[in-house]
Amino acid sequence: MGRSVSAPPAAQTSRAPGAAFILKKALISAFVALVLFSLMIGVRTEAGPQGQLVYWTRFDDLAVMVAAVFGGSILVELLRRWWGPVDAVRVVPPSVQSALSLAGRLVAPALLVFTFLVPVLFYNERYILDLAILVLTYVMLGWGLNVVVGLAGLLDLGYVAFYAVGAYSYALLATNFGLSFWICLPLAGILAAFWGVLLGFPVLRLRGDYLAIVTLAFGEIIRLVLINWQTLTGGPNGVTGIPRPTLFGIPLTPADDGLAALLGIEFSPTHRIVFLFYIILALALLTNWVTIRLRRLPLGRAWEALREDEVACRALGINTTTTKLTAFATGALFGGLAGAFFATRQGFISPESFTFHESALVLAIVVLGGMGSQLGVALAALTMIGGFELFRGLDQYRMLVFGMAMVLLMIWRPRGLVGHRAPTVFLKHSQAISSDLVKEGHG
Amino acid sequence: MDYFAQQLINGLVLGSIYGLIAIGYTMVYGIVGMINFAHGDIFMIGGFIALITFLILVSFGLTAIPLILLVVLLVSMAITALYGWTVERIAYRPLRHSFRLAPMLSAIGMSFVLTNYSQVAQGARVKPVPPIITGGYTLHEGSEGFVVQLSNIQIIVVVTTIVLLALFTWLVSSTRLGRDMRACEQDQTMASLLGVDVDRTISMTFVIGAALAAVAGMMYLLYYGLVDFFMGFVAGIKAFTAAVLGGIGSLPGAMLGGLLIGLIETLWSAYFSVEYKDVAAFSILIVVLIFLPTGLLGRPEVEKV
Repeated sequence: MGRSVSAPPAAQTSRAPGAAFILKKALISAFVALVLFSLMIGVRTEAGPQGQLVYWTRFDDLAVMVAAVFGGSILVELLRRWWGPVDAVRVVPPSVQSALSLAGRLVAPALLVFTFLVPVLFYNERYILDLAILVLTYVMLGWGLNVVVGLAGLLDLGYVAFYAVGAYSYALLATNFGLSFWICLPLAGILAAFWGVLLGFPVLRLRGDYLAIVTLAFGEIIRLVLINWQTLTGGPNGVTGIPRPTLFGIPLTPADDGLAALLGIEFSPTHRIVFLFYIILALALLTNWVTIRLRRLPLGRAWEALREDEVACRALGINTTTTKLTAFATGALFGGLAGAFFATRQGFISPESFTFHESALVLAIVVLGGMGSQLGVALAALTMIGGFELFRGLDQYRMLVFGMAMVLLMIWRPRGLVGHRAPTVFLKHSQAISSDLVKEGHG
Repeated sequence: MDYFAQQLINGLVLGSIYGLIAIGYTMVYGIVGMINFAHGDIFMIGGFIALITFLILVSFGLTAIPLILLVVLLVSMAITALYGWTVERIAYRPLRHSFRLAPMLSAIGMSFVLTNYSQVAQGARVKPVPPIITGGYTLHEGSEGFVVQLSNIQIIVVVTTIVLLALFTWLVSSTRLGRDMRACEQDQTMASLLGVDVDRTISMTFVIGAALAAVAGMMYLLYYGLVDFFMGFVAGIKAFTAAVLGGIGSLPGAMLGGLLIGLIETLWSAYFSVEYKDVAAFSILIVVLIFLPTGLLGRPEVEKV
């Protein structure tokens, strides 16, 4: 009766599938696809001129889709055969291993140097600079959320709330009271951290998925309040005319007191982009540095211990309440800083920028980055945002492709793109451990 | 008082729809232990399929409303159930023994896929349908001319929900499949050793959950007279909130939570402000969880070391 659940997948694939088997599987897939797509793709509905619904059929599209599924199914099965059983251990020779580890150690510094040089290398390519700023914003958000999810093991689905708090804090303080970016930046971070603590309180007694839904609900509450509290936030119209950051009080404008005029060089709007680039780079590196330092403090150790086993933590006398609260507050702080930067870069914010989609994207970056690996998060942000940009031309298919990529990446590398990381505490020598060994805590 | 009674009726009807979706969440959570983020979108797909089937039947000249409703119900349940099965097969089964966050992210990805698939396939605009079932009963005529009404569509929603719940309770408590499902919920390895086909049972759980969501989608279409590609997200979050409120993993809890969320939302809109109805629902969820961390009917999780 039935296949055992614990049987490894290899047991099922070891019986080499013949051509008949592959064909049968493809036929079944095609039939399932036919039923699935029959009404959704075969028939198109639209509201007619008088408001009543009309429909027309698109059987050619349906046929193409079913044929694609049939062909795709055969292709996947052939690839699987060629690749061999999923669980087979691939032996890597020691020389390759040491070369890989050397490359692994060099990746981070090389990437950092390259990032510093981006404005120099691509000075004339505005698009690349803008994209780099976007990627760095997500790197910072990923590193911030990493504190909560990757280190403390608390599942946060509403991280965008803190991003929104930071952005609106800066936008409202700057437009209403005329405060400068550099005064508002720490304020935005502190306010976001305060909200993190506020959310942290109900969260303390919850575990796992209850925590997930509460944070998700919190994110939605913040967004709904931003939409509906029109007198304060401007509602769906958002806040416009958010001032740009200045360099020690010197604006980067073509005016007479602007930076270009003071230095005696010709004004170019690229100056401001480069300036913004270095601001977000500094903020991201600050996030990274603080996280690395915190991991070496008793607090950071407590976070990681909490992720591994909450009961053991309590038995060892760790105050789980303050540990969770600090994790939430720290994560929220960085989210708030990133939000303030987002507001000053855009010059305009509206609740539309702070949907659940953003939270999911940042969470995907953290998980794909390998849950706790700083380099992994940076690489994942680059992959996700860069990949997302590649499909900009596809317009309405972009989110579809993004969703599919998320599913496929999870199936392909459930442990993230970077599957190893160095432990912060070790007995005799530091040895990279597989992230398979890092259990996700109960939250 | 009359006004309150009317809102109570409206709230219960809305709550029934939420409850039907919430059952899908709670069932999957009970067995696989994951939040099926794509479930709200399955509900949306159910609504779309009901709409398209309805259009086709009407254009073929069918006029008998009960027959149309029955056919639409069966077709949308069948096709949506296949969607549920496919989603599980593609996105969740390969990750079943992976770590806890992996299937959840895969589910979020699947939710994006389904939302945008509907948008691409059927367009982004809201699809309105004329009221299919009209008429109703006047329950009470108040002194100030306010009448408490119970429309036929409201009766249909509530009766369908009650019938489905009875059927579903019977299925879980007295059939072979229900026993397998309860066994898998307790211990998958042990269940498989005793001859329960775990893969099949989990697939069936998704199929049943999707079929119930399809009914909810059809009821939504009949009650509100519109579907759009984005309705799955909000309805999904509300239904999930309902499942958590009732205690996730508990079937009566899901229904109770659904009714409560429906009532809170309707009463809040009636007496306070429509804009903040969702804020009210979510805030009450947070408050309830502070005092009852496992929901209203949830069993406290015993932690073994």
